[in-house]
Amino acid sequence: MQKEKINLISKFKNANKNFKSNCITYGIILAAFLLIQILVSAGAVSNLIKGLLVPLCTYAILAVSLNLTVGILGELSLGHAGFMCVGAFAGAFFSKCMVGAIPSAIIRFPLAILIGAVCAGFFGFLIGIPVLRLKGDYLAIVTLAFGEIVKNIINCLYVGRDSKGFHFSMEDTASLGLEEGGEVIIKGAQGITGTPNDSTFTIGIVLLLITLFIVLNLIHSRDGRAIMAIRDNTIAAESVGIHITKYKLMAFSISAALAGVAGVLYAHNLSTLTALPKNFGYNQSIMILVFVVLGGIGNIRGSVISAVILTLLPELLRGLKDYRMLIYAVILIAMMLFNWSPKCRELREKYSFKQLLAKRKNKKEAA
Amino acid sequence: MALLEVQNLGISFGGLRAVDDFNLTIEKGCLYGLIGPNGAGKTTVFNLLTGVYKPNVGIIKLDGKDITGRKNIDINKAGIARTFQNIRLFKELSVLDNVKVGLHNRYHYNTLAGIFRLPKYRKVEAQMNAEAIELLKVFGLEEEKDFLASNLPYGKQRKLEIARALATNPKLLLLDEPAAGMNPNETQELMDTIRFVREKFNMTILLIEHDMKLVSGICEKLTVLNFGRVLCQGETAEVLQNPEVVKAYLGE
Repeated sequence: MQKEKINLISKFKNANKNFKSNCITYGIILAAFLLIQILVSAGAVSNLIKGLLVPLCTYAILAVSLNLTVGILGELSLGHAGFMCVGAFAGAFFSKCMVGAIPSAIIRFPLAILIGAVCAGFFGFLIGIPVLRLKGDYLAIVTLAFGEIVKNIINCLYVGRDSKGFHFSMEDTASLGLEEGGEVIIKGAQGITGTPNDSTFTIGIVLLLITLFIVLNLIHSRDGRAIMAIRDNTIAAESVGIHITKYKLMAFSISAALAGVAGVLYAHNLSTLTALPKNFGYNQSIMILVFVVLGGIGNIRGSVISAVILTLLPELLRGLKDYRMLIYAVILIAMMLFNWSPKCRELREKYSFKQLLAKRKNKKEAA
Repeated sequence: MALLEVQNLGISFGGLRAVDDFNLTIEKGCLYGLIGPNGAGKTTVFNLLTGVYKPNVGIIKLDGKDITGRKNIDINKAGIARTFQNIRLFKELSVLDNVKVGLHNRYHYNTLAGIFRLPKYRKVEAQMNAEAIELLKVFGLEEEKDFLASNLPYGKQRKLEIARALATNPKLLLLDEPAAGMNPNETQELMDTIRFVREKFNMTILLIEHDMKLVSGICEKLTVLNFGRVLCQGETAEVLQNPEVVKAYLGE
């Protein structure tokens, strides 16, 4: 038994760097999950924080998925909240329709997630086809527009159901022409009410782990290498026979699908889902981009950590009342500087944990 | 039969005839040089051969197959690989991964096998690693396999680019100024490497170069370009003594 353990440890030490780094990422999340579960059961967590647990997972998934587009594919997308919106409404729509048919949440919710992911991924694919052939900022502009369009369309979309099937309208509830006993599912600006609250913190963490698993494993596979090669040098990638459009579309669609998953998670945490500028607008997309930039472009673990910190921060600063957003901005700037200015990076490397360990080892050897 | 046959190739950019009536025949296993003054159209010829530009007129045949006007990724699959004048590596990828990107079209597993780490993934990745390390050894880069490509010294970056091109298993290798920016020692080493690559992989090589020591040292045949047209073609020693070549390029 002891020997086996040592074997495992030495195996881990010799395993390749990527594998180790991935294990550390999963480990951090599992540890955080256990810690919070213990605190919750001990009653040491306020209701405010409890309410934030599912959104934390949502934002972490969004940040990781956007990092796939921005950091790994190297294209700027400003409409990530749009894909989240598509996923949220597709998932919520499915759940609302199926509450009667599939009463068990264990079956219904995974299906809702799948449908949300597929719908968002499909939209990502559709938008990617024309835009990813172009170079430069076109993708940023088109995704920005897409996000706004999706939000506005959903705001005036009415969908109802009666014994004859589904009815669509862009005007109001009356024009749906429902029979007696028909039910309005999406009510324009009032959105979807009464979505089953299937999201829990545990499901959120599982989805976050699945997202990380997909993204990290994709990066370190044949397809991921091709995607990163395109990011680093498109002309050279073409010269070794890599199909540029195919891999750009692949990365962009997967990124959109994962945003859809986050959307479904988000939708099933609320009793009323509406497409407001606050939750699916331009600001939300920028917020997700801030998570990615702060955590490090291309750094998946960093995305998770910065999403968590930046979601918790405004809530923790609530006590400061009017100064809250001011201090939030100052902390954001300070964190950016600490993370990315060359001088700070130098300092951090000098006093990093690894260096300290190495120094201690050297001292021991000298003695 | 010749490996590469180019007939009457031409391209214009606006009013400028960048390459005109260009003919070239390269036998299998030959080490062929393309020289000429700056702006003569040498790199444009490379871009035409690799499908970056589509020619206005002319035919390009590789191994008897017409590849004129095909897309660059198809031309790479057909068997032409190249390096670039200004080094184009995948800077944020490791040295090993740079070569593995070159192996991309020769080893296959699907996306799901990659994400779920199926046995196929492990098997194919192991084969890719083995072949990539084998290639890196040829260029003396196996020690640096985990370095980021951008952290390699200049001379080694050039070598890595050649290794990446060879990873696609080409029939014809195009080298665009491989010795640019190298000191005499590095150039000497590069000449040995190019010779070695030719022997080991039985490779046909077409190279653009300004370093006449390298050109006269390793090229068996030469084509001299001037103002987009062929000035002279033939055995290296003869071409270098041609009075027109001396006048246009080498200097009297």
